Amino acid sequence: MTLRFDKLGVVIAVITAYAAFLAPFATFRANRIVPGQARSIIDALPATTGALLLAVIVAAALIALFRTPLLLRLAASVVALAALALLIGVAGTFLTPAGNTFARVSPASGFWILIFAFTLLLADVLTRLNLSPWARVGVLAAAAVAIGLLLMSGSWNDLSILKEYANRADSFWAEGSKHVTLALGSLFAAVVVGLPLGILCHRVEALRAGVLNVLNIIQTIPSIALFGLLIAPLGWVAIHVPGAAALGIRGIGTAPAFVALFLYSLLPVVANTVVGLAGVPRAANDAARGMGMTDRQRLFGVEFPLAFPVILTGIRIVLVQNIGLATIAALIGGGGFGVFVFQGVGQTAMDLVLLGALPTVALAFAAAIILDAVIELTATRRRVETS
Amino acid sequence: MKAWLPLLLRLALVVLLLAFITSPGWFEPLLKPLTENNAPAIYNQGSLLTLTLLHLRTVLIATVAATIVAVALAILVTRPAGAEFLPLSRSLVNIGQTFPPVAVLALAVPAVGFGEKPTLIALFLYGLLPIFENALTGLTTLPANVVEAARGAGMTGWQRLTKVELPLSAPIILGGIRLSVVISLATATIGSTVAARTLGEVIIAGLLSNNLAFILQGGLIVAALAVLIYDGLSAVERYAARRMGREAE
Repeated sequence: MTLRFDKLGVVIAVITAYAAFLAPFATFRANRIVPGQARSIIDALPATTGALLLAVIVAAALIALFRTPLLLRLAASVVALAALALLIGVAGTFLTPAGNTFARVSPASGFWILIFAFTLLLADVLTRLNLSPWARVGVLAAAAVAIGLLLMSGSWNDLSILKEYANRADSFWAEGSKHVTLALGSLFAAVVVGLPLGILCHRVEALRAGVLNVLNIIQTIPSIALFGLLIAPLGWVAIHVPGAAALGIRGIGTAPAFVALFLYSLLPVVANTVVGLAGVPRAANDAARGMGMTDRQRLFGVEFPLAFPVILTGIRIVLVQNIGLATIAALIGGGGFGVFVFQGVGQTAMDLVLLGALPTVALAFAAAIILDAVIELTATRRRVETS
Repeated sequence: MKAWLPLLLRLALVVLLLAFITSPGWFEPLLKPLTENNAPAIYNQGSLLTLTLLHLRTVLIATVAATIVAVALAILVTRPAGAEFLPLSRSLVNIGQTFPPVAVLALAVPAVGFGEKPTLIALFLYGLLPIFENALTGLTTLPANVVEAARGAGMTGWQRLTKVELPLSAPIILGGIRLSVVISLATATIGSTVAARTLGEVIIAGLLSNNLAFILQGGLIVAALAVLIYDGLSAVERYAARRMGREAE
């Protein structure tokens, strides 16, 4: 048997070698904001554990380097990622002097690069395996459960990011639910308004260019400006419209953030509805008309189901975009994970930034995978039905 | 009459924008009603012209870098030698798009410090995706007969790339650059939360001091820039598409 190099494997092996042997694995700081000291894998872990981790990393990198069976590569990437995830927690406990509550240990560049390298390997394997939509959601769920178990087991509790969390456990979940409410609520409002508007634009050609142009221009207004500009009109509404204040409409806070996200969400929803409806084959429409369907029957029975995957794509864009943009709501007192990001930037406490940024990235990522799977499922169902 | 109206509107927008960033004082009476407690109506902690130029410079550097890397990557994965990377690069682009810009920005700070650098990194990473995606579309959907003809004419791989494939996909690549620039123009304002000198500074000053005039002028300058640049690049794109259409005949 001759061994042949895998091209991506070469890249992964080079990155891994740098990260494992030259870059720092963990950072130790005497308190949360002083500059840290770098620790390599050998220094950061008890002697045998460190050697074990290096052995796992080298073995996984070798499996990646050569052309090996997909399942072996899958196992290598999963084992390497699991070892890294477990042992960074061990490094936290090992590096923190007993009884010292000020010392902070956080993952350093080497750790992140290793995670990146093996995620790359995992992504490559998963792409090549060509998983079905359900299987992809399954992989996502398994990863979420694994991370959840690690968090609950307390093995990461000595890491700085979880110490930041421990100090803010209540506000973390409150801001998290605000974040999700903002992102999902504005999406819901955009769908409720955008779908009929899109259908109207499809039917009334005179309206189409105008509406799409206005929505396009809204997109060019920078998010922080749009959030800010809505403060004044909503403040006015809160004072002058009876009952508005009771509904929670106020100049600053969640209301302007909600409206801004809603406005940004309209374009993808409306535009994709128009594109989706325009893409309905003429033959399908003619057949429906020939069968004597009314306009309404045609819309709900033929056009809408056929355009659905395209509309869903618009919804996917909006959801991922909203989860990201909701971080900016924190700048105008709207809450969300952005609160931790901007607090962390202000205090130059990077672990606090991570506490806000990582859940945001995870949410956006999960939303993208789930909606991609749903889009694929509806699109294939459509194909099966129409063929 | 219809033909010159959009042109006239754009011209008016250019004149208005130039007038505003060079001598904002003229517009003070318009913005004054938006302020409270006699706060200044025009941003007074730096010149709008300088900030606009710095803003544009940041976007330009990031876009040029993103274009070079994205097009090079797209060329690489569409050659036989790099074909292995094509599916992976597609999924990476997909994953990359889910990273919120604020997160990228904030996470770049520990690595490179405050200021322009984290902004450049975030804009670069964010700008890569649309350009890469479009370059990939352009290079993988070339008319097969044209590529075959080039091969038949005895062109080398390099000649085919530079004389046939790239020029033919130029309009689509330009479309990606246009999208990337418009996103970057808006995203650059967020860079001011980590102390980059962009027009975001004006907006954030407005948010902090509750001064609507600042927020409005910062937002409107960025939006006007985005509309004008979008239009300009669309025109270049149409020109390139027309040229390619003619040459392909």
